[in-house]
Amino acid sequence: MIHARGLTRVFKLKKKETVEAVRGIDLDVEAGRLVAFLGPNGAGKSTTLRILTTLLPPTSGTATVAGHDVARDPAGVRARIGYVGQRNSAGEDFLVRDELVTQGRCYGLPAKQAAARADELLDLLDLTPLAKRKPGTLSGGQRRRLDIALGLVHRPDLLFLDEPSTGLDPKSRAEIWAHILRLRETYGTTLFLTTHYLEEADTMAERVVIIDNGRIIADGTSEQLKNDLAGDHITLTTSTEAEARRAASMSDGTADGTTVRVRAANAAAALPECLRALDGAGIKVTTAETTRPTLDDVFLTLTGRSLTDDDIPA
Amino acid sequence: MTTFLRDTATVFAREFKPALRAPAGLLFEMGQPLLFLFLFGSLLDGAVGSSWQWFVPGILVMMCLTGPMSAGYTLLVELIGGSMERMLVTPLNRTAMLVGRAMKAMIVLLVQAVLIILLALPLGFELHTAGVLAGLAQLVVFGVGLGALSFVLAIKSAPGGTLFWVVSQSILFPLLLLSGVLLPLETAPAWLRAIGQVNPVTYIVDAQRSLFAGDLADPSILYGTASACLIAAAGLYLGNRAMRQGVV
Repeated sequence: MIHARGLTRVFKLKKKETVEAVRGIDLDVEAGRLVAFLGPNGAGKSTTLRILTTLLPPTSGTATVAGHDVARDPAGVRARIGYVGQRNSAGEDFLVRDELVTQGRCYGLPAKQAAARADELLDLLDLTPLAKRKPGTLSGGQRRRLDIALGLVHRPDLLFLDEPSTGLDPKSRAEIWAHILRLRETYGTTLFLTTHYLEEADTMAERVVIIDNGRIIADGTSEQLKNDLAGDHITLTTSTEAEARRAASMSDGTADGTTVRVRAANAAAALPECLRALDGAGIKVTTAETTRPTLDDVFLTLTGRSLTDDDIPA
Repeated sequence: MTTFLRDTATVFAREFKPALRAPAGLLFEMGQPLLFLFLFGSLLDGAVGSSWQWFVPGILVMMCLTGPMSAGYTLLVELIGGSMERMLVTPLNRTAMLVGRAMKAMIVLLVQAVLIILLALPLGFELHTAGVLAGLAQLVVFGVGLGALSFVLAIKSAPGGTLFWVVSQSILFPLLLLSGVLLPLETAPAWLRAIGQVNPVTYIVDAQRSLFAGDLADPSILYGTASACLIAAAGLYLGNRAMRQGVV
C-alpha cells in the first residue's frame, strides 16, 4: 500500500538556514495493516505524512502510495487515500452536513450520491443530530469525528490520520479509537497514523515505526521492540548502599542509593535465580519486583532521551 | 475541461451557500461604501458636476478593491485552519479552487453594485444602461484579477497571516486614495497626479466614470479595460502558480 524509498525533505528557513525535517525514509506498509508512526514533536512525522499524502513534494526520494507515484501522479494517489489532518477539517462558515456533501463533490460524486453518502457518514459516526450545526459549536470529540467522516467520504482503502486523538479527553479518545477500529474491522481499511501517545501505539497498532530526527530508528511490533531493544527489568532494594553496589556489580546492573536495576530478557524467570545468587553472597534483599518495558524505554534505549520530554533539540 | 467546470461549480456552491443562508451579511459589508457614498456624495455635490454620476462608479471600484481582499482573508482563515488542507488532499482541481472562490466574490460584488445603483437612482443618478453594463463587466474582470492576487497573498502569508495584513493594509489604501476614487485628482499638485498615473486603478476609475456617464467612445475606456485585463492575467497566472507549487 505504501512503498517509500529514500524520502527526504529540506525546508528553507531563512536565506542560508535550512532544516532537514526528513532525512532518508524507507518504508513499506502492506494492505490492511494498522501502523503507528511514533516520535517526539519535530521528529518528522507530519512532514512524512504530508509527503505521502501529496501535500508536500519530497526534496528527494520516491514514494508509491495506493499504487500511484506521489510526484508523477498525485491525482491518482488523492483519489484513493483519505487524510485526517492534525487540524480541524471543516470550515468554520459551513454546516456539518454541507461540508460532507462538498467533500463528496470534491471526489467527483454526483450531487445525489454525495448527499446520500453524507447522511450515511453522519449516521456511522453518530453525528446525525449535529448535521445542521457549524463546526465551531461542536465539542472536541465531535469535531474529530467529523474530521474522520470527511476523510471517509470516498471509501478510501488507505486512511492517514495525523494525531487523531491529540488534545481530546479520555472518553473522546476512547470513542475515536472505537470508530477507527470498527472501520478497520468492517472495511479492512489500511490505517497509517501518527501519535505521540505511547499507550495508544502500544495497545492499538500492529506495527510501530519510531522516527527521530527525520530517520526511522526502529520498526516492528510493540512486543518485538520492547523485547529486543529494552527488555524487562528487575528492581531490587537492599538495606545498605554498600550492598546495593555489590549486588549491582554481581548482576551487571546499576545501583542508585539502595535501589538496584538489572536488565533481563525474561525478568520473571530470572528473578528467583538472581535472588538465590545474592543470598548466597550474603546480600540481604528487602524488596524485589519485575517490570515490563514500555515504548518509552525503547525510545530511551535508542536515543538516550525520553519520548515524553517535549523539548527536543532542533 | 468538464472536471474543471464541475470542480469550479463545487467550490462556488460551497462558498455561496453561507451567503444565501445569511443574506443580511451582504448588506452589512456594504455599510462602509454606502457611508462614503452618501457623505462624500452630498459633500461634493456641485463641486465635480453631478456628484452622483461621478461618485457612484468610484464607490463601485472601491468595493471592487475591498471585496476581493476579504475573499483572500477567508482563504487565509481556511489555510490556517485545516479545511483548505483537507480539500488539497482531494483530487479537486487546484485552479478551480481559486476560480470558484473568485466567482463567488464577483457575484456578491455584482449584487452589491446593483443595490448601490438602485439606491443612487432617486438621488439623481442618471442610468446609461449600456455603459453601466459594460462598466460592471470591466469591474468583474478587474475583481477576478484582484481576487486572485489576494489569494496569492493569502497563500504566501500562511500559516502566520501577518504578511497578509501588512501588505493588504499598506497597499489598499494608497491605491484607493491615489486613484481619485474619493476626490478628483485633476486639482491635485503635479507630483500627486504623476503617482496617480502609475496607479493601474486610476485608469479603471476613469474608464468607469466615462462608462457610467454614457461616453462610450472615450479613450479612457480602452486604457481602463487594458489595465483590468492585465491585472486579471497577472492575478490568474500567479494564483495558478501558487496553487500548483503546493500550499505548505
